[in-house]
Amino acid sequence: MINKIVQTMADAMAGIRDGAVVLVGGFGSIGQPNALIEGLIEQGAKDLTIVANNSGVGHLGLAKLLETGHVRKIVCSFPRTSDPVVFEKLWREGRIELEIVPQGTISERMRAAGAGIPAFYTATAVGTKLAEGKEEREIKGRRYLLEEALYGDVALIEAWEADRWGNLTYRSSARNFNPIMATAAQLTIVQTQHLVELGELDPERIVTPGIYVNRVLHVPYGEPTVT
Amino acid sequence: MVDASAKVLAACKPLTRREMAKRLADDIPEGWYVNLGIGAPLQVADNVPVEREVILHSENGVLGMGPAPAPDKINRWLINAGKQYITLRTGGCYMHHTDSFALIRGGHLDLSVLGAFQVAENGDVANWSTSDNESAPAVGGAMDLAAGARNLWVLMDHMTKTGESRLVRRCTYPLTALGVVKRVYTNLAVLDVTDDGFAVREMVSGLTVDALQDVTDAPVQVSSVPT
Repeated sequence: MINKIVQTMADAMAGIRDGAVVLVGGFGSIGQPNALIEGLIEQGAKDLTIVANNSGVGHLGLAKLLETGHVRKIVCSFPRTSDPVVFEKLWREGRIELEIVPQGTISERMRAAGAGIPAFYTATAVGTKLAEGKEEREIKGRRYLLEEALYGDVALIEAWEADRWGNLTYRSSARNFNPIMATAAQLTIVQTQHLVELGELDPERIVTPGIYVNRVLHVPYGEPTVT
Repeated sequence: MVDASAKVLAACKPLTRREMAKRLADDIPEGWYVNLGIGAPLQVADNVPVEREVILHSENGVLGMGPAPAPDKINRWLINAGKQYITLRTGGCYMHHTDSFALIRGGHLDLSVLGAFQVAENGDVANWSTSDNESAPAVGGAMDLAAGARNLWVLMDHMTKTGESRLVRRCTYPLTALGVVKRVYTNLAVLDVTDDGFAVREMVSGLTVDALQDVTDAPVQVSSVPT
C-alpha cells in the first residue's frame, strides 16, 4: 500500500542536507508553505539556496528562514514585496547572494527541469542586463536567449487537499508556483490544509498527480493573514 | 527643461493618475485579454465598464480578474500581482504559474499595460531598475510581459518629479525590452511609437505641440492617425 503521509514534521524534513537547493512555493505569502519553512528552520540545514518568487514578508516564513541564517543564496524574480525588511538588511550587509530571474523564465526553467528539458530558448530579457553571459541565437528573425533548467533537491509545497498517494488540489491563486515546483525537485514535501481519503478527490480536479510527491504532512494552517 | 516643465504644467491641465488610467481604459476594445502591471496600471481595472467584456489577467495565475472585494467578502487565497485582494469574475479561472506565463510568453495577450521610468523613441522601455538605489533590483514579470504581449502600452507621468522627460531618444536606465512599446499614455498626452518616433494622438487641453516638445527629450510629431 502506498502511503506518503508522514505524521511528524521531523519525518517530513528528514534527510535535507546542508547546501541543498530548496524550491519554495508561493507568490508573496499566498501559497507559501510556512509550516514546512518553520520545520526546515528547526531541522537546521544550512547554506541553502532558496528558489522562490519573493524574498519573504516581515519576519514570517521565508523571511524567518533568511533571518535565522540558513540561506546562502536566493534565486527569485521580485525580492521587493510589501515588507522585505529581512532580505533588504542581509542584502545591504552583503550577507546573501541574489540571482534575479524574470518571473516567466524562473517558472519555465523549473517546468523544463520537471519535464526532462535541459534548456530552452526565450525572447524574455533579450538585450537587457539579465542577458549578460547567456548564449543568444536568432531563430526565424527573432533573438532568443538560452536558459537552463532549474532543478531542486527539495520542493516545499502548500496544497489545499491531499490524499495518501500525494494527489493534490490547490486553493484559488495559492496554486501559483506549487504545481511546477512539485515536478522539479528530487524530494517534494507537501503541507496540506485538508487530508482526504483516496478516491475522494474528483480526478478532473487533481492538479498535481501523486507521482510528483514524496511526503504529505497534514497541517490545518488556517487562513493566510498577510499577502 | 526644468524651467520649461513648470511653465508648461502651469499653462495646461495635466491628468491625474486616475484620469490617465481612465483615458487608457477607454481605448481597450471589448474582447481583449489584458494584463495590468503593478502600480498605476492596476487602476485601469476600475475604469473598464463591466458591460464591456475585457478579460483581465493577473500573472499569478488568474484569468478573469474582477474588482476588489467588499471587506466581508475577502477570499484570502485570491490576490493580484500587486498582492492586493481581488475577486474572480463569472467565467474566470485559475492556472499555475508556468501556464500563466506561457500565455504571456506565447503571444496570447492582446495587451500588456506597464508603468515605466523611461520610453525611447525606438520603443525601448526601462521599468525595472534605476541602478542607483540601494535596494536589490526586482524584475518580476515585466520582461516577460514586454517581450510577449502583442501590444505594449505604457502608463506613466510625462516627466520625473524633477522635471526630466521620461520620453527619451535612448533609455539611460537598464532596459526591460527592446523596441516593443506601441503607445504611451502620460499626464500630458497620448503618443504612438512609430517608425519615425513619437507621434502625438492627443493632448490635454491648453497644451500645444510646441509646448509638449519643450518638455519632451525625444522629437514629437503630429500623428497622421485619426484620433
